[in-house]
Amino acid sequence: MTQLSGLTPLQLAIAGIWGILIVASILVFALKRLQPERDHSELVSRTASWWGMIALFTAAFLLSHTLSIVLFALVSFLAFKEYLSMIPTRRADRRVLFWAYLSIPVQYYWVADGWYGMFAVFIPVYMFLFLPFAMLLSQQTEGFLKAVGTLNWGLMLCVFSLSHAAFLLVLPVTGNTDPQAGAGLLLYLVFLTQFNDVAQYTWGRLFGRRPIVPVVSPKKTWEGFLGGLLTTTVVAVLVAPLVTPFGWQQAAAAGLMIAAAGFIGDITVSAVKRDLGVKDTGSLIPGHGGIMDRIDSLTFTAPLFFHFVRYFHT
Amino acid sequence: MTRVLQTLFFLAVRTVVLFVLGLNVRRREWLPERGPAVIVANHNSHLDTLVLMCLMPLSKLHLLRPVAAADYFLANRAMAWFSLNILRIIPIVRKPGERKDGAPGADPLAECHAALAKGEILILFPEGSRGEPEKMTALKKGIAHLAEKNPDAPVVPVFTHGLGKALPKGSFLLVPFFCDIFVGEPIRWPGERAAFMEMLANRFAALAAEKAFAPWE
Repeated sequence: MTQLSGLTPLQLAIAGIWGILIVASILVFALKRLQPERDHSELVSRTASWWGMIALFTAAFLLSHTLSIVLFALVSFLAFKEYLSMIPTRRADRRVLFWAYLSIPVQYYWVADGWYGMFAVFIPVYMFLFLPFAMLLSQQTEGFLKAVGTLNWGLMLCVFSLSHAAFLLVLPVTGNTDPQAGAGLLLYLVFLTQFNDVAQYTWGRLFGRRPIVPVVSPKKTWEGFLGGLLTTTVVAVLVAPLVTPFGWQQAAAAGLMIAAAGFIGDITVSAVKRDLGVKDTGSLIPGHGGIMDRIDSLTFTAPLFFHFVRYFHT
Repeated sequence: MTRVLQTLFFLAVRTVVLFVLGLNVRRREWLPERGPAVIVANHNSHLDTLVLMCLMPLSKLHLLRPVAAADYFLANRAMAWFSLNILRIIPIVRKPGERKDGAPGADPLAECHAALAKGEILILFPEGSRGEPEKMTALKKGIAHLAEKNPDAPVVPVFTHGLGKALPKGSFLLVPFFCDIFVGEPIRWPGERAAFMEMLANRFAALAAEKAFAPWE
């Protein structure tokens, strides 16, 4: 399994992802030809956006670890900016928002440095304590709790949670000296999370009948959730030997965890959008909505998967 | 030389606008492709002019002429050089008494008419001042005079939201926010000033109502 036509397992996995993308694109094209009377524009722009996202991810991945970490920092920045643009903010807090933005390069510096101790506490301890202090300096107490609460929550979701995905790149895995070990785990996490999104959506579209949380997200059904859960778990077991140190039991557990957490992340952001009365978090990715709409599940799967790996393999 | 400097400056501005801010532009195709035309927008921030200028392709940069207050933009020599050569503003004297040409009958918009006659695209903020960020104030009537004298130039209303949050009046700290740019249907001269002002106000009201913007107290 280690050598197949001169490709490393990681390159093979990436080639596999491109294979899936090409097959999916052909299917979309065929669907368009078979049902010309129906509107497939969202599906088409969605697929086109996938090409862009996968190309960007592949490029960063193959070029260097640092570049991949920078890419994740950029994703965190865009997501956090989307979040702050979407929620009510106070004019008096402009400076505080600026400090919160500055924590992004700092947090990802800890990642690049591989300093786990600081990485794990910087936002939940230091920023958590600093932001309310910076905020009270404006002496505007009206709406203080709401402002500091929403700011911290956004920082945790968009920056802290997501940075766990990037930390996989520098996480030393026991008994594995391959410098690509972390990259394999990151690819596994991102691929399964996104695959699960698509699988749950597809199962839901085909067989969805019983809604789970209709008030929050009327299109999420038990059929979609369970179908996705099963598919993702099977795929997780199948691809684990290629890029992870997992045996089949662990791979199945990781697959179940990613599928369930991804679902919860998705509906959590849906709840936020409902509360704010917006349909999409933004318009950055054609067909998908905002960047938060694309990474909502990853913000939940990343820290959980990270600690799963860290517990069992370091 | 200044043309090169202008292009370089706007390349830098474009990079910042794209990465630090991020724009959500609706109906970009309604922006004028050639002059004479007038783009009118609500005014919240110094970023407004720069962002509107970034919406056009670089090749059209030489056609864009922001109309700006002389007392502010020509306040000192450095600022005046930058305003006239890089932004290429058309300075407007706000208080009639300060007008150099002196003659009471002189049209303060003469330079604007000349620019439109040359096929340039004006950028104008009929609110006059940036004022309270993200709050629209009454539109000044100068724009109606301009439109009356140049009935062939379409007036394109553009509503922006978020730039006043990113860089409000009186602040130098740029805080990133996604900004909305909603382009409205171009207005053709209706034949009468009051009708024109009403149309313009209605277009802006409709654009502002297109989205429920996040509160900013």
